[in-house]
Amino acid sequence: MKRHLISAADLSRSDALLILDTAEELAQLADRPIKKLPTLRGRTVVNLFYEDSTRTRISFEAAAKRLSADVINFSAKGSSVAKGESLKDTALTLEAMGADAVVIRHGASGAAHRLAHWVRGSVLNAGDGTHEHPTQALLDAFTIRRRLKGQGARGAGLDGLRVTIVGDVLHSRVARSNVLLLSTLGAEVTLAAPPTLLPLAVGSWPCEVSYELDSELPKSDVVMMLRVQQERMTAAYFPSVREYSRRYGLDVERMARLPGHAIVMHPGPMNRGVEIAAEVADSVRSTIVEQVANGVTTRMAVLYLLLGGTEFPATEAGQ
Amino acid sequence: MCAASNPVAGRDGLAVLDAEEIRRALTRIAHEILERTHGGDEVILLGIPTRGVPLARRLAARVGEFEGLDVPCGSLDVTMHRDDLRLHPARALGRTDLPPGGVDGRTVVLVDDVLYSGRTVRAALDALNDLGRPRAVQLAVLVDRGHRELPIRADYVGKNLPTSQREVVHVLLTEIDGQDNVTIGDEGR
Repeated sequence: MKRHLISAADLSRSDALLILDTAEELAQLADRPIKKLPTLRGRTVVNLFYEDSTRTRISFEAAAKRLSADVINFSAKGSSVAKGESLKDTALTLEAMGADAVVIRHGASGAAHRLAHWVRGSVLNAGDGTHEHPTQALLDAFTIRRRLKGQGARGAGLDGLRVTIVGDVLHSRVARSNVLLLSTLGAEVTLAAPPTLLPLAVGSWPCEVSYELDSELPKSDVVMMLRVQQERMTAAYFPSVREYSRRYGLDVERMARLPGHAIVMHPGPMNRGVEIAAEVADSVRSTIVEQVANGVTTRMAVLYLLLGGTEFPATEAGQ
Repeated sequence: MCAASNPVAGRDGLAVLDAEEIRRALTRIAHEILERTHGGDEVILLGIPTRGVPLARRLAARVGEFEGLDVPCGSLDVTMHRDDLRLHPARALGRTDLPPGGVDGRTVVLVDDVLYSGRTVRAALDALNDLGRPRAVQLAVLVDRGHRELPIRADYVGKNLPTSQREVVHVLLTEIDGQDNVTIGDEGR
């Protein structure tokens, strides 16, 4: 494993499987009377959040605490950032406080990568702009493997599974990380989206592209719905929400066209009634609540593998 | 072999226990467990990965055979509780599998292949502490090679093997390595 987790592309197949297998072990912790391990005692994890987030921040915090690390939460609101402090100066402050890992969420694509050059500890990208969100992809892969390959499917990849990622790919860091990671793990990924919501360079991604959702449904093992990110939309990408919902939203009727074993995923937060109907989100096929629980487990695995052993030698700094 | 550079020459690769001796040692330990626990009631066997796990299974099978008991058997990974985590890159975790019913109120017999510094057993005691409250904890090992660094001793020992710290004890078990034997080598630490 590399020292930082900036992009899902940083992970080789064996790295990714090591994380999933470690998560599989750590998942047992949820059933135990004491849901805590002493492994990261004395290590400090800083959650540096420049963008709003509920589940990712709480998930990282729970993961670090279950491994006995000290957690410092930093949100841009109400901090010196509001007074105009730059990312670099904030990073140097954290560095001086002895952070062993910095979990960063930032509105600018590439922020995590920049930060990795300024701090000595590990940098974990918890979402940078429209670029990547690798731990989300890991928890999605973990959820897919548990549901479709069985609990305890250690060492197994996602070979042969067909995953359809639907909706606002253009603004989605989740989609990019998932395409990279799921294809590393052997899944066949198809993006289904209106042409206006696909990035220009999508042709170079390791996936297929379709403008139709309906034709993809019968052959999908997994359908991953993306949130329509209206806060990032600076232009008109589709005529109306209603039209988008009618062509790309997953309603009960569309869900019925999926094979019997197929699952429905959503990274949250959901726009019920836009990309996913409430009945679908609450159905047995939906893994949305499971994804949250698996998020803590997967992030524990990542924190353990990055911080649990020897400190990485200084020569690797900035990698 | 490289006898010239070898400070404790003479027993590199020497077989310490063969398959038949391992079988006999485990049979004896199984009897001792029954004796010490008054018939094996409420006993559970937990193997420490990797090679403690098949040893625990073999002991459970033998105890079951002798007394007609169904002895619960599982595994206990200690990686997250080790004191030397920071000396190595992060390692892959072994499996922890508790038999249904857990460890509360039971006599837990920890099973490992080699007892050396005692640090693995210390980690196992800590790990066990987070899983429940056993009535008692005992330790069974196939080989006790001495050089303890902590006040820990085994209750059941297959073979006491005086060693030099430069030597390495290799335990091979059919379930993992395709054959049963214990040898001593001198690549050392």
